[in-house]
Amino acid sequence: MAVRPVLQQADIERALTRIAHEILESNRGADDLVILGIPTRGVILAARIAEIIRRIEPNAPEALAGSLDVTMYRDDLSHTRTRTPAPTDVPVGIDDRTVVLVDDVLYSGRTIRAALDALADIGRPRAVRLAVLVDRGHREFPIRADFVGKNLPSAASERINVHLREVDGEDGVSIEGGVR
Amino acid sequence: MSRTLIRGATLVDGTRGDLLLDDGRIAEIGSVTDAAGATVIDADGLLALPGLVDLHTHLREPGFEQSETVLTGSRAAAAGGYTAVFPMANTSPVADTAGVVEQELRLGEDAGYVTVQPIGAVTVGLAGERLAELGAMAASRAKVRVFSDDGLCVWDPLLMRRALEYVKAFDGVIAQHAQEPRLTEGAQMNEGALSGELGLRGWPAVAEEAIIARDALLAEHVGSRLHVCHLSTAGSVEVVRWAKARGIRITAEVTPHHLLLTDDLVASYDARYKVNPPLRTAEDVEALRDALADGTIDIVATDHAPHPAESKECEWDAAANGMVGLESALSVVHEAMVETGRFGWADVARVMSAAPASIGSLAGHGHALEAGAPAELALYDPEVRAEFGVGSLAGRSRNSPYLGSTLPGRVVATFHRGVPTVLDGQVRPADEVAGGARG
Amino acid sequence: MRHLLSTRDLGREQAIELLDIAEDMAAVQQREVRKLPTLRGRTVVNLFFEDSTRTRVSFEAAAKRLSADVITFSAKGSSVSKGESLKDTAQTLQAIGADAVVVRHQASGAPQTLATSGWIDAGVVNAGDGTHEHPTQALLDAFTMRRRLHGDASRGRGLDGARVVIVGDVLHSRVARSNVWLLDALGAEVTLVAPPTLLPVDVSAWPARVGYDLDAAIDSGPDAVMMLRVQAERMHAAFFPNSREYSRTWGLDDARFARLPRTTMVMHPGPMNRGFEIAASAADSAQSTVLEQVANGVSVRMAALYLLLSGEREEAA
Ligand SMILES: [Zn+2]
Repeated sequence: MAVRPVLQQADIERALTRIAHEILESNRGADDLVILGIPTRGVILAARIAEIIRRIEPNAPEALAGSLDVTMYRDDLSHTRTRTPAPTDVPVGIDDRTVVLVDDVLYSGRTIRAALDALADIGRPRAVRLAVLVDRGHREFPIRADFVGKNLPSAASERINVHLREVDGEDGVSIEGGVR
Repeated sequence: MSRTLIRGATLVDGTRGDLLLDDGRIAEIGSVTDAAGATVIDADGLLALPGLVDLHTHLREPGFEQSETVLTGSRAAAAGGYTAVFPMANTSPVADTAGVVEQELRLGEDAGYVTVQPIGAVTVGLAGERLAELGAMAASRAKVRVFSDDGLCVWDPLLMRRALEYVKAFDGVIAQHAQEPRLTEGAQMNEGALSGELGLRGWPAVAEEAIIARDALLAEHVGSRLHVCHLSTAGSVEVVRWAKARGIRITAEVTPHHLLLTDDLVASYDARYKVNPPLRTAEDVEALRDALADGTIDIVATDHAPHPAESKECEWDAAANGMVGLESALSVVHEAMVETGRFGWADVARVMSAAPASIGSLAGHGHALEAGAPAELALYDPEVRAEFGVGSLAGRSRNSPYLGSTLPGRVVATFHRGVPTVLDGQVRPADEVAGGARG
Repeated sequence: MRHLLSTRDLGREQAIELLDIAEDMAAVQQREVRKLPTLRGRTVVNLFFEDSTRTRVSFEAAAKRLSADVITFSAKGSSVSKGESLKDTAQTLQAIGADAVVVRHQASGAPQTLATSGWIDAGVVNAGDGTHEHPTQALLDAFTMRRRLHGDASRGRGLDGARVVIVGDVLHSRVARSNVWLLDALGAEVTLVAPPTLLPVDVSAWPARVGYDLDAAIDSGPDAVMMLRVQAERMHAAFFPNSREYSRTWGLDDARFARLPRTTMVMHPGPMNRGFEIAASAADSAQSTVLEQVANGVSVRMAALYLLLSGEREEAA
């Protein structure tokens, strides 16, 4: 199976920095901002974005990033093998704040739909935005990302692999398989 | 009366011979040359065994005909190579009067598949309080010689003593279901490591052994004959061995299932394995096999106990005790005793035919196959090995623990009074069998 | 997970996974919205052949907080206990379309019979069978111990090295059996203390030490002491001379409680016989986990139902 690298470590770094800037710009600063990653890799990306934001805006609040598990909100629980949920860790209340959801790959949109339901059960944010490292298309829901690292049109038969050093030892995004 | 020539059967001593059955007897054995008009059966590779005799059968009629009748149970017996069965007294009404035992006898005669020799109850209604009319049953047309409250123990020591003494008058024998009732209240399985784990009330070995010891000493004291039903523990073997060494007139039986199956099967909570006495440990099974081999245990008896599906398709506690066993007994003894090198086929004939007929004082059965002997015999194919399925069952109930497992051997034909009750492994139609027996 | 019938067949990893999921469920119980949509459209039947309001309510709450439809079938006193068979009941539940059946039954093994009979496709949760097992009770006990020992750092951990003393009627206790297997799988050291008459005849293969001396067990300074309920009917069946002697010898009375380290958890599966197997001072102390056990029961049962009803249905074994 052919594996084709599409983003290197520096590309990821640049993409996240740009996303951080765009978030700050659209939010007019870091006030009332909560960045929630969707496990597993979204949580890592959220933490990295939060770190970049704090570098740009030293006055940004400490409790900026957290995690939002959506396992219990999925609509495909009986269609795939049992998923083990991950902890949800929301650093501050989300009421009347802007929540930026972060995931590694945006695909069908089902995960984000579940995330919106999960958010609704823990509070009432002023606005919800979506940041993803890769948008590969093939949406099944009326959902689009506000901040995109890279658009990567792909065939359904292909796999997008996102590696992050915190869990995979190295940074990189690649496309695997498919018929070219 | 039909004439049948069985050609080239292997006898229990290993020799080959023909058997000519004529007028309910074995007319000739060896090399038969003149068999004019006889139906010829090719018995090449088949073992000829004397018709098996089961000293412990539950035929359920009268009273529990949804489980078995004398007719269906007789068919199951024939399918297993049996030519005589002793039905236990725990019917409804209980076989505690001459009337009931004569009724059973007649039902057996009408069916015609096997000799049905009723066992009488020891106490009225199996209640363990008053002696049943033992003498009347003995003097009846059923000529009862074996008495048992099987299913229940004759627990009262004084009543047991009286029963042992009383049947001396007509050379009867008390067959005891040895189970101390207080030690086995609510008991569900062998008491041991597994019962504790599964949370099932234990049936301790001592509850059997204590009764056997008591009864052996009582039999010695009053000079009577005692038969112990379904020995299930190594300790019981020791007690019987001791009693025999002491000269006490005691005989003992073991069931096929206690020779093969162990209590770990209960871990499935599959009620097909629920039986009384319960399945025991592998050590007990070894001891029982050894005891049967060395003669401490005299006979194998099936304790064939049919139950309808709903009595087994339920939670363990609510399930009935018992397994059907007539159709599988010979194969199980084959596996447990012959294949393990403990027994030759002459030994099988002894413990499944001659000895039970003798203990039960049953004439016309248990004879070695020789000229002049009654034509009670079975042809058995010892070479096949096949899955035991519902097709192997010929009675009304299906509660066999062997369904789905592989067993050696197969009964190919059975002859009762010279009439085939089973041919080519198939039980013969009831009208042919009944007609043949009468004709 | 196809069924949850016993802790015996639960491996360490599977047990820890369930306890971790229970942590997530417990976190949800702290929110304003305590309900999750996870099992929307699924039907959970509570089939109780034996009274147990506590366990039934706990399973009901767990199923409802996961948005399942809950049908409670109290079979006690109905046609079921009057001879309608387990099989008939199972077939009724099959016709109703049950996805999971939570069964409490007075006969040991009844949940396993239900699960393996082929009468029903639903997953089966054993909510206590006879004197066999009560796996969710043991799981909530383990969850409670793990939280007391490790607090927020509980996730992913077992109970390695924890010393647990289980006291009382082990013979008839499904709670004790489930705890022995589970605690062993989680790495805890179990000591059983009971009158010899209330121990199974052969526990040599159990992963537990066995003793008759409660004082020695108390003085060993265990991490947890679990007192089992003694049913009144045992007193009439010659298991011990009388309640006074039992209480004096095997009860957690004031004096014994006072000798325990202040960190020792005092546990009881409930309902308690205060003043008999456990003194009120112990039951109501800060060391007592009795109320936590009840609260944790819902979280653990939510986790069990989640594991049972999520994932593609495995082929029935
Ligand atoms: Zn019996």
